Amino acid sequence: MSIPGIPVAARRRYGPLARIVTIVCGAIIAAVAYLPWAYGSDALDNVTYLGGPSFIQFIALGMGLVLAALVVCSIRWPDGFGRTQVGWIRGARALATGLLIIFVVVAGAISVQLGGTININYGAWIGLAAALIAFLATRFLIGEDTPTLNRLKTPGWLSILAIAVVMLVMLFVAYYALDQSNPGTFVTFLVYTGVGVAVLLRTGALGWLTRATGAHRRVMLLAAFLVAFLFPFTQGGSDANMSIAAQVLVFAATAMGLNIVVGLAGLLDLGYIAFLGSGAFVAAMLSGTAMATFDVHPPFIVTMLLSGCVAATLGLVIGSPTLRVSGDYLAIITLAFGEIFRLSMNNLDGSDGPDLTHGSRGISDTGDLNLFGFDFGATHTIAGIEIGRFANYYFILLIWLAIVILIFSRLNNSRIGRGWVAIREDEKAAEAMGVNVFGLKLFAFASGAFLAGVAGSIKAHVDISVTPDSYVFLQSSFLLAAVVLGGMGTVLGVLIGATLLQLMPEKLRFVNEYRLMFFGLLLVIMMRFRPEGIIASERRQLEFHDEDEELAERLDENLEPAPGAVAVEGASR
Amino acid sequence: MTQTATTDGSTSAEVEPLLSARQVTMRFGGLVAVDKVDFDVYPGEIMGLIGPNGAGKTTFFNCLTGLYRPTSGRVVFNGAVLPPKPGRVVRAGVARTFQNIRLFANMTALENVMVARYCRTSSGPLTSIVRGPKYRREERETEDRATELLDFVGLPEVAGNLARNLSYGDQRRLEIARALATDPKLLLLDEPTAGMNPQETRQAEELIFKIRDSGLAVITIEHDMRFIFNLCDRVLCLVQGRPLVLGTPDQVQSDPRVIEAYIGTGAQEADGQVGRDA
Repeated sequence: MSIPGIPVAARRRYGPLARIVTIVCGAIIAAVAYLPWAYGSDALDNVTYLGGPSFIQFIALGMGLVLAALVVCSIRWPDGFGRTQVGWIRGARALATGLLIIFVVVAGAISVQLGGTININYGAWIGLAAALIAFLATRFLIGEDTPTLNRLKTPGWLSILAIAVVMLVMLFVAYYALDQSNPGTFVTFLVYTGVGVAVLLRTGALGWLTRATGAHRRVMLLAAFLVAFLFPFTQGGSDANMSIAAQVLVFAATAMGLNIVVGLAGLLDLGYIAFLGSGAFVAAMLSGTAMATFDVHPPFIVTMLLSGCVAATLGLVIGSPTLRVSGDYLAIITLAFGEIFRLSMNNLDGSDGPDLTHGSRGISDTGDLNLFGFDFGATHTIAGIEIGRFANYYFILLIWLAIVILIFSRLNNSRIGRGWVAIREDEKAAEAMGVNVFGLKLFAFASGAFLAGVAGSIKAHVDISVTPDSYVFLQSSFLLAAVVLGGMGTVLGVLIGATLLQLMPEKLRFVNEYRLMFFGLLLVIMMRFRPEGIIASERRQLEFHDEDEELAERLDENLEPAPGAVAVEGASR
Repeated sequence: MTQTATTDGSTSAEVEPLLSARQVTMRFGGLVAVDKVDFDVYPGEIMGLIGPNGAGKTTFFNCLTGLYRPTSGRVVFNGAVLPPKPGRVVRAGVARTFQNIRLFANMTALENVMVARYCRTSSGPLTSIVRGPKYRREERETEDRATELLDFVGLPEVAGNLARNLSYGDQRRLEIARALATDPKLLLLDEPTAGMNPQETRQAEELIFKIRDSGLAVITIEHDMRFIFNLCDRVLCLVQGRPLVLGTPDQVQSDPRVIEAYIGTGAQEADGQVGRDA
């Protein structure tokens, strides 16, 4: 990493000085946590006290210390340990940049929430200045080679411990982020999380974590679901956050289905929400309530499958004529299909033709699910903790999400998944090698539709009502953005993307009018700097950086040497 | 070596040809790229296809493998007419490589070969998702076969490397391994030694003999005449889409028309200007 503005000679000369400056700045930032940052208590989580840091200030304290520690380590162990390279300076650079962003965000949040920069107290100004100086000083430091922590051999118990710690941190992050009603705190916390991940990535620790946890995939997955399963029990009976969490899960499960279409088969689908909608309407029509338009009420399992099949049939109908032609046509047709769906649902109100959906009013009561005598509408008490209505649905959605992830990753690592990769790589060559290109594309399209349909049938009951307005193009584009921003073809990336995109509007209600503007801006920035998404599948990264030979060499080195592992692990993480 | 490809280039009547093209013609608008080509390939034979640039060799390959639908004429393979669908052609037992290497660059060498097993395996979505016994058996077989083929073409040590990081010669060999993975009876090689140094060319030659000895018929397009005349049992020379000479390497080599087509006379050069060169 060379920064063009600063010549190597200058860096050599001022390097030692820059190290000292960075250490001092880190210490200052840590100390600043004890100073007041604002004059009013409404900004962030009340940062007005002298000597009593709030949680947000405590993290700044930690980060300041870590910055100083990273530079100290770079002096003490410049070449890492043994043959293992550690990215001390790389991490320090990322952290200094991150701290600068954090203090800018903090200053911005205080000014917005209290009305003007006048409300920023001296603590925040000192912090901002220290972060700026640290940022400039780290530009004078010469970074290490690519860290090789990911090649370390890790004992099993340490990997398991790492998994446990990661899971606890994730549970805490989710709990804390959901708990914030103050948008300033929420944004600052998100930035903290981002900076933390960036530092882990740059020092090479993330590579080590990925490798260590990847060696125990089953434990990791089990732990992740255990944590997700325990989440409702941290809410102390409150259903407010659980309703958001349930929506996040619906969104994530749907995005994961779209991930098969977009991420694996490489097809652009702009009307995916219609499949979710058709599933929801089928479930609502068959829900057996007074509003339902059919007088049949099959068990929910049957309704679920039926919803999926209806959506899949629609997918086949749309897909079979269009998948033979190139991708752009498919995008246009699916876009049109989304509109056709919305308009038909609006017009099937009985004035012309059958009354299936009650028109734009929709089916306003779908009733609650009742599976095996378990009433999803009622509050249950488990282990002394109240589990409300949304928490009940949260559990069933979690199970469904697990199934979708299982389907996704198993298809990805199979004969079919290899075929999809080949089609993305070179369609003509794939065809000439006997891959059934059309069949595989159609299958991706139909299976994606099926999964969305089933998710829709659950969503119908979570939302209580199903109206055509909730299944519009904007939702399709959000789903697509979750996949693209998170990382096409990855499980973790799409989960993160879906969570962020669903959580942000909930927590940042004050920017609601500007939501789309921010969203568009975010997309443009991402596409410019990291088109492969937050979490990149290695293969996708290679596809997006076709000319980057260095990247190809590096990823090649990281590939599993044993041929057996290639087929099993595949490309997704 | 079978008795079919006799030294004088004539064909013996008792053995059925593996592939026979009859009057295959490919027209692009006013341009006739392939003009009434009759062509037989017998089992276990290495057939050479030569001709100056733009003679329609690759177009003819594309007609055989279903990438193009011939304007007229038909191709019979193994007793059945080949449909103009690449997938069906591969399943019938005709595999090919490409003139400009078309590997799946971001897949490993092993995965490249495994992909080509697609048409010989049949694990569906359900067994793939539940990882049923059929899936596990097929997946193991696919991998074993792919590893075996990488060994066969001499690339056992690069199985885990990305195709794009392989050397040029290795990429050519990987492409051959990938084609072989479809279990073909006939292998079409489009300029297998283009851009290779003499040593790599010799290795390619040995590889093609090895493939022939394993019971396959091979058709190869090539510009390297030494390579062609060393390797092939029979050679067809195409000029401006038309078959000019078909015979043993010796016959073709000494035929004045072939020399003329390559080196050219004044008259033919003028003809070339008219625009037959595709």
